[in-house]
Order: sequence, then C-alpha cells, then structure tokens
Amino acid sequence: MRLRALIAALAGVACLAAASDPAERLPDPAQEARAREIFRDVRCLVCQNESIDDSEADLARDLRQIVREQVKVGRSDADIKAFLIDRYGEFVLLKPSFSLGNLALWGVPFLVVLGGGVMLFARLRNRAPETELDASEAARVQRLIEDETP
Amino acid sequence: MIAESGAFALLLALALSIAQVALSVVGRVRRSATLAGAGEGAALGAFLAVGVAFAALMHAFVVSDFSVANVAANSHTEKPLLYRVAGTWGSHEGSMLLWCLALTGFGAAVAGLGRDLPRGLRALTVATQGLLGTVFLAYTVFASNPLIRLASPPVEGRSLNPLLQDPALAVHPPFLYAGYVGMSVVFSLAVAALIEGRIDAAWSRWVRPWALAAWSLLTVGITLGAFWAYYELGWGGWWFWDPVENASFMPWLIAAALLHSAVVTEKRGALAGWTVFLALAAFTFSMLGAFLVRSGVLTSVHAFAVDPTRGVLLLIILAVTAGLGFALFAWRAPTLAQGGMFAPVSRESALVLNNILLAAATATVLLGTLYPLIREAMNGEAISVGPPYFNLTFTPLMVALLVLLPAGPLLAWKRGDARSVVQRLWIALLVAAVAGLLALAIVSPKKAFGVLGVALGGWLIAGALAEIAERTRAFRVPAAETWRRLTGLPRGAWGMTLAHLGLGVFVLGAVFETTWKVEAAEALPTGGGLDVGAYHLTLDSVVPVAGPNYDADRGTITVTRAGERVCQVQPERRLYTTGGQSTSEVGICYRGLSHIYLVLGERRDGGTYLVRAYWNPWASLIFVGPVIMGLGGLVSLSDRRLRLGVGRRRETAA
Repeated sequence: MRLRALIAALAGVACLAAASDPAERLPDPAQEARAREIFRDVRCLVCQNESIDDSEADLARDLRQIVREQVKVGRSDADIKAFLIDRYGEFVLLKPSFSLGNLALWGVPFLVVLGGGVMLFARLRNRAPETELDASEAARVQRLIEDETP
Repeated sequence: MIAESGAFALLLALALSIAQVALSVVGRVRRSATLAGAGEGAALGAFLAVGVAFAALMHAFVVSDFSVANVAANSHTEKPLLYRVAGTWGSHEGSMLLWCLALTGFGAAVAGLGRDLPRGLRALTVATQGLLGTVFLAYTVFASNPLIRLASPPVEGRSLNPLLQDPALAVHPPFLYAGYVGMSVVFSLAVAALIEGRIDAAWSRWVRPWALAAWSLLTVGITLGAFWAYYELGWGGWWFWDPVENASFMPWLIAAALLHSAVVTEKRGALAGWTVFLALAAFTFSMLGAFLVRSGVLTSVHAFAVDPTRGVLLLIILAVTAGLGFALFAWRAPTLAQGGMFAPVSRESALVLNNILLAAATATVLLGTLYPLIREAMNGEAISVGPPYFNLTFTPLMVALLVLLPAGPLLAWKRGDARSVVQRLWIALLVAAVAGLLALAIVSPKKAFGVLGVALGGWLIAGALAEIAERTRAFRVPAAETWRRLTGLPRGAWGMTLAHLGLGVFVLGAVFETTWKVEAAEALPTGGGLDVGAYHLTLDSVVPVAGPNYDADRGTITVTRAGERVCQVQPERRLYTTGGQSTSEVGICYRGLSHIYLVLGERRDGGTYLVRAYWNPWASLIFVGPVIMGLGGLVSLSDRRLRLGVGRRRETAA
C-alpha cells in the first residue's frame, strides 16, 4: 500500500535533516551553505529516494563528510559532482545529466507541449471550410427557401 | 466464524459482480429493463457483500483476532482502538479490500443515482463497473485475501509501523482510495458511451459530477498525506517527488485536465474525443498507481516484501482493462463529431492550453517516475530522477499554466477579446506587482524566485476575485445589484473560483515556505537556548513518559521573541516497544500562518539533546490551499445543474 511504500522509501527519516547536525558543520558559513546546496543533489545510495541532506544513514554521513572536505579545500561544485559520479556512477546524482541517454526524459515534456500546440494550431486553421457552402449546397439551400415561400 | 462469513461474503460479492456484468449486458442487448434492473440490483448486492467482508476484517482487527493472518501481521493488542480500526486498510491485502469496497460502492452509486441516464448508457456503465469489480474482486479473493486464517495463531501481533499510527494517516487512505476509484465511474461512462457511439454535451454533464467528486476526494487525500509527512517525518518537508506520491499525483493532474475539457465538451460540443481519452486515462493512472506501489518495482534498494506474482497480476489487470478501453477508443473515436469552431483567442483555446500544459506536466511526472526503470531495462545503467529534475521541468510548466489561468474564465466562448481581458485583469496585475514588490521590500534575504512566486500567488488570488467581481459587475452597478448577482451565481461558478483561489493560496504558502524557511540545530543541555529566525528557544526539561505502546522522551521547549514568551511546545522522541522503531513527534507552535517547528533529537554525550528548529513562514497555506480547492470541488458538485439526469429531462422537454 501507498503509505507503506512511502515509509519504506523514507526509512530511517525519523530524525531528519541530518545534514544540519552541528557536530558535522564546516566552520565557514559560506562553505557550509555551498555544501548543503550540493547535498540536496546527491542521492543517499542505500536509501530509496533521499538526498544525503536528509538521510541519517551512515553512508550519507560519509558522503557528507567527503563533500564537506572537498568544499573546504576549494574544489568546484562540478569537480565534486564529477568525483562522485566517478566513484558511484550517475545513480548518485538526483538530477539526471543532460546526456543522450536521458534525451527522452528531458525532451518529452516539451515535445508534449509542442505537439499539443501544433494540434491546437491545426484545429484553429481548419475552421474555414465549414463556414462556407459549396455550389451544390448553396443551390439546395436556395431551392429550399424557394419551396418555403411559394 | 465472523472471519469466515467475511470470506464468504467476499466470494459472494465476486459472484454478484459477474452477475452484474451478465445481466446488464443481456439487458442492454435485449433492451430489457427488467434484466438491466436486475443488474443494478446485483451491483447493490455486491457492494453490501463487500461491506460485510470489510466489516468482518475490521472486527478481527478491533478484537485482535490473531488467527487471521492479516491481523497477526499488522496489528497488536497494545495499539489504540483508532489504529486498530485503521489497521483494516493498513496492509496490502486490507487496502485492496478497501479498493474493492470503493469500486463496488461507486458501482452501486451509479446504479442507484443514475436513474435518469439513458437506459442503454446506464446498463453499459453498470456492466463496465461490474467488470472492473469482477477483476479486482477476483484478484483480492484469489491472490490477496485478507481473511485467511492461520493454522497456529500467534499470541501477539507484529503491529503496524509506528509512523503510520497517526490520526491523519488513519483517514488518509479512505479519501485517497475513494478518489482513485471514483475515476472508475468516469472510465465506465466513457466505455459505455464509446460502445453506444454517442458522446455529446449531455454525456459530458453526466461525467462531471463523478470526476468532480473523485478529484475533490483525491485532493483531500493527497493533502492529508502531505500534512502527515510534514509533521510526522520530522524535517518539515511535505512533498518529496517520491514515486509513491507521484503515483497519486498523476490521476489528480489528469482529473484536473478532464474537469476542464469536459466543460468544453458540455458547453461547446468540442474536444469530445479528448475528453473521453482523459476519462479513460484518469482511471488508468489510478490503476498504475495501485500497481506501482504494490509491485515493488520502484523500491529497488529497500526490499519491501511484496510478492512479485501479485505485482505481475496487477500489471496484467492494468494492461487488459486499460488496453481494452483505449482499443475501443481507437476504434470509435474517429466517428466522433469535431464540434464547434473557435478562434485563437477564446475560452476554448484557453482550456485547450490548460489541457496541453496539464498533460505535459503529467508526462513529466510519469517519466520522472518510470525513467530510471526504462534506462535500467534498456542498458542496465542506473540513474536517479529526483527533485532537481521536477524543479526544472514540472515547475516551469505549472508556472506557465498559472500565469495564463486568470485570463481563462474571463474569455468569451468562441471568440474572445484579449484587450478586454487585460482591462478586466489590470487590478489583479497591480495586486501581483504590489505583492511582489512588498515581498522584495520586506522579506529578507532577497530572493528573485521567491519574489516572483509571491507575485504569482497574488496574481492567482486577485485574478479569481476579479472574475467574481466581473460576474457581479461590482463597483459598476449599485451594491444591492452586485449583491443580488452575487447570491444568484451558480454553485459551479463559486466552485471554480474557490478552486482557483485555493491554488493561489497554495502557491503563496509553498513559495514562502520553500524560499524563506530558516533552519537551526544545536546540541542543547537542559536550560540551553538556540535562535531560529526572530525567535529564541529554551530547552526547559526532558522527562521520560510512557505511552500506550511506546516509551518517550518528552522535551519542554519555551519559545520567546524579544524576551516575551510566545508559546511552549512538547516535542517527543518515541521508542515503540514492539518492533523497536523510534519516531519523533514534532512540536509545532502556530504563529498566525507560520509555524515554529521543533524536533527533539537523540541524546548526546554529556546529557545534551540534539534540538532542530525550523521557522516555516506561511506553511499553513500549503495545506489550507488544497483544502479550499477540494471544497471548491464539493461546492461545484452541489450545483443543481450537475445533478444527474437534469440534462435528460431538459432534452425530453425540448
């Protein structure tokens, strides 16, 4: 059932926002804020659908430590993410990459909008014919009118 | 004995559902009112029989009859009565029974309330509803029967997950399931109309009340779930783009699209094919949701014990029922009339745009949920699709929809006038701008997206009010005349205004909460303090307390602002004796629309406790907004024009 699965998905979240634990924090608030930004994009690999910002799992703690250390020595966000992908695969990022394999993922929503727009446009375009009568129809209407008014 | 009666009743319900299909179909073919009437009687009987089975299971939970396998696995004698009752639908098997109860209940409702539908359509709708009932009852009886006895019953049950022992969660599934399954009526009406070959304004009017009811119930169900997540999971999140949440969100989006397209079909006879397509899609997404959360395909890491054969069976049910529905659609849809013409700037165009954007949003949620599975099946590569994906795709689509929204109701059918719409909305535009500027001036830190979001919320709320002002010609005619017009507005109009207003309220709350929430955490000794936003918190004491089925540490935290006492809350950290899980019971101090949200964490070395605190500005609006939307649906449902059969009576009179 839905809730059960949600629980499974969020297992171990009973005391969440683990990342805000004062024992783990970096002394520099700017660096800490940057680390937290990165945490939100990194998946806790052993959890169902949680970022390491939220998870209390040991692995998430380790990953947070790795990210914090790298932030501390001044590596860029991209470098840190590349390092994580290198180590754990693309699975580790909650934001899928803009790659060929993910073309459908990123493209389809906008294709739906485009396709819908084209269909709407076509629907708007083909309204002309129904407003006018062809020659035989016009003749029939004329005949009917004449019949009505002898 | 009672459990056996329940099991028997369930089997009886299956037999009655089969009879319902057979009698209704033969009744339709032979044009026999007697046989069709007998089919309706069978529908009512099936509902009563499932009701008996459901009551039997509930009884087993209430008296803790652990000889019933399902009770032994999901209940415990120490559990409070409310959660023993709620345990009835707390497991896979029990929730399937709830699903069947709702399904046969809606079948009985169609049979009972549909007296004014044309006979043929009514018989086929009851037959389709019976077919759905048959399939799901057969699944419940043979593959997931909750009333099976154990040969050697245990002395004590294994209890329900403590996170689920919560009042909001106890009532969340019934709402959600009523919403999910309510879409089945819409599905059945679509199938029946496709077979009858007649989809017109009258059909559309019959579909709307069911779609409205299902959508409103789903709205309330999802909101309850979000609110539960907010205060029970303990870090103030309310939506996680979790596959399970997405599963409930997709039918909601499709139903919202259906409600709008059905208006076009009803008023202008256009989009009939698309409306039928959405009617079929809504219940298909409901079934997809039921499959996704039960099959275990989405819980790859946490092995959540679900029998894979059950998942496969549900997938087959989904493929066959939806497949037949859409095959019928593909066969019959080309014969549907295209309906009235409309200009690029018109109410029709606005509603089509609404549908395009809602469809794209649904596609986004669907892809985001299933893409990891697809990628993995294709080349074995594992990827994750999380909140950042939805923020980049779903959010812009929704923003486009919300920006266009206030203009829609003000446009005329067939051919609208853009300039007059702008004239009518300039006040709303002004309100939006002022709201944004105020947010920019007052709230800190300054965040562009937050400011734009506040402006959008203001735009929606003011736009909804401007529409009412326009309908009542407020400020342009004497107040008495405006009042007369106001009281004369149909309930449907009020419903729409409320729903759009609620959406604006939700946007304001969501934007404020996500943009400007403040977080703080500190390991505090008793007597220690911590600042969050403008508030200061003091941990006065932590004392052990004993609950009915848990032991807890209860903290007492006093909140002050500028030295003045604001409130005192008592967050708890509970350890459930059965199962050994711990949960946190957050303490929320309500300050107007905002919350001070406090979580007592684990005990640390030196007798300190980890205390987490959040200042969640305007968080109440996140939940109030959807409640207003759901209320709008119900108000609209009470509209006299939507009562079943009114359309038909009018037809015969004409």
